[in-house]
Amino acid sequence: MDVSVSDLVLDEPREIHPGTPKVDRIFHGSVRFVAFVVMVIFGAIRLFLGAKSVSTFHLYGVRFLTESDWEPSLNRIGISATLLGTVLVALTALIIAFPLALATALYISEYAPARLKATLVSLVDMMAAVPSIIYAAWGFFLLMPHTIGVSHWLHEYLGFIPIFRVDTDPNAAVLAQARYTGSMFIAGIVVSMMVLPIACAVMRGVFAQAPPGEREAAYALGGTRWGMIRTVVLPFGRGGIIGGTMLGLGRALGETVAVAIILSAAFDFKFRILENGGNTISKLIAERFGDATTVQLAALLAAGFVLFVMTLLVNTLAAIMISRSRSGAATEA
Amino acid sequence: MSLSPYDDGPSAIDVAPIVIDAVDVAPAKGGARLDAVNVSAWFGSNKVLERVSLSMIPGTVTALIGPSGCGKSTFLRILNRMHEMVPSAKLAGEVLLNDEDIYGANQRVTETRKRIGMVFQKPNPFPTMSIAENVLAGLKLTGRKERRAEREELVERSLLRAGVWNEVKDRLDEAGGALSGGQQQRLCIARALAVDPDVLLMDEPCSALDPTSTGRIEETIADLMSEVTIVIVTHNMQQAARVSQHCAFFLAESGTPGGIVESGSTEKIFEDPDDLRTKDYVHGRFG
Repeated sequence: MDVSVSDLVLDEPREIHPGTPKVDRIFHGSVRFVAFVVMVIFGAIRLFLGAKSVSTFHLYGVRFLTESDWEPSLNRIGISATLLGTVLVALTALIIAFPLALATALYISEYAPARLKATLVSLVDMMAAVPSIIYAAWGFFLLMPHTIGVSHWLHEYLGFIPIFRVDTDPNAAVLAQARYTGSMFIAGIVVSMMVLPIACAVMRGVFAQAPPGEREAAYALGGTRWGMIRTVVLPFGRGGIIGGTMLGLGRALGETVAVAIILSAAFDFKFRILENGGNTISKLIAERFGDATTVQLAALLAAGFVLFVMTLLVNTLAAIMISRSRSGAATEA
Repeated sequence: MSLSPYDDGPSAIDVAPIVIDAVDVAPAKGGARLDAVNVSAWFGSNKVLERVSLSMIPGTVTALIGPSGCGKSTFLRILNRMHEMVPSAKLAGEVLLNDEDIYGANQRVTETRKRIGMVFQKPNPFPTMSIAENVLAGLKLTGRKERRAEREELVERSLLRAGVWNEVKDRLDEAGGALSGGQQQRLCIARALAVDPDVLLMDEPCSALDPTSTGRIEETIADLMSEVTIVIVTHNMQQAARVSQHCAFFLAESGTPGGIVESGSTEKIFEDPDDLRTKDYVHGRFG
């Protein structure tokens, strides 16, 4: 190029026109609109619940969180017992579901023969499709009678641990069966069946993505299959294990129908999960919604707001933990 | 066991597999003798290797060369029982490690893989582990417990043997994945050496690396060959000529399973091959 001409050209970033085709612009616009609507709906729910709760928090103050009773006639309304019950049922469900989901996911992704794999995957997925009322019926009619023995055994031998205490004599001549029915423990078992498929699906998804190169490296060093799983699959899948469990916890915190049917309502602030009676926020709302006055309705919505904030925290925590792990990008949470 | 050329039954290859004639070479200290005898391999019903026999001699480097899809990687994976990881994979023949069949009924696959290490095409350090942990991964995987001082010594010795110690000695606790590609590959070599194998298999160890890193790996190979029998698959003719003493040329002619066309000393394969196809290939005229 001629020197004098090139000297005249300014060495500055020039403007670039993307020239995006019309189809792309239309698609981009509509997708953005839909995504925006979803966010608006989510924000609206939060605002609605928050706004409706303000009056309750204003009326009862901190007592709303410390009071255990829900007795509108005496103007004693609080969610401490209910909140504790919610957490206890969810944790029980999680403690039962976690090892089952982990073992199932490992079996399906690492051990199951190829022809069995698809069947097992759809079986577990089908567990998620069973309506919760069916689980409730199963828990109430089939599981409950058989759980009394387990609860009694736990009470008798581990009763020194506060959560396994029951307000009855474990060695009484006649077993006080009714004391062991309708407990948070049984509700937790039933909820665990609903948590399991979600947790299992997420874990299986990340286990299957463990890099083949690293798997081979572990085998080539003389590793056993279990050694390979410990060195490659589990560290890689950590995000999915945590994320799947947290997603399950979100489900467990909000589960309503099964808990409402199985758990006998009680408003004691107690940790004794084997004992008859307990409550959770979703159960409370479902049962008291119909005959609530305006003030009570606001209180129920405030309880719902607390539950909403709790699940939001759990899911946010899960998302942070997942994004920090290697397999993070692969999970759907 | 017979090492005579094989001639019963039809073969896709008209030159019978030639066994390296260095049978009488005394085994070097460290390193074991590895003999493949009439090895055939299938994936499902598709036969990919036909009656391959090859001896890999201690104290030397054997290079497997040939165009893509000729079965040399499959052959390499058969040598440390990685082949059977593929569900539909089958094989025939024997692989003898110091005269003992590694596919024998009383052989433990984990033990075999410990004695016959492998380095892969793509560097595959365990990314969540530190450099030191990576070197010791084989110990952890095989359940071997060592005292702290011995572990530290093993990390240093293995990294030294792999020629990467000086570059990483000050950051042994950093993640293995943070190293450059060439350093990662040498870390993988150190990891394979830490379990003290008799044979080291390398599947195109430099194909993902730049020329400088490739040079370093080749130096490492030259340093190691007195201690451990090395078998390397490579697409790079110059590399095969530089690093190996023995060479086996694999070829799969249209629609037939792969096999060895010719094997022998590297010098002979490159300068005076018996087969015209070998000559054409090493001079880059096909493949």
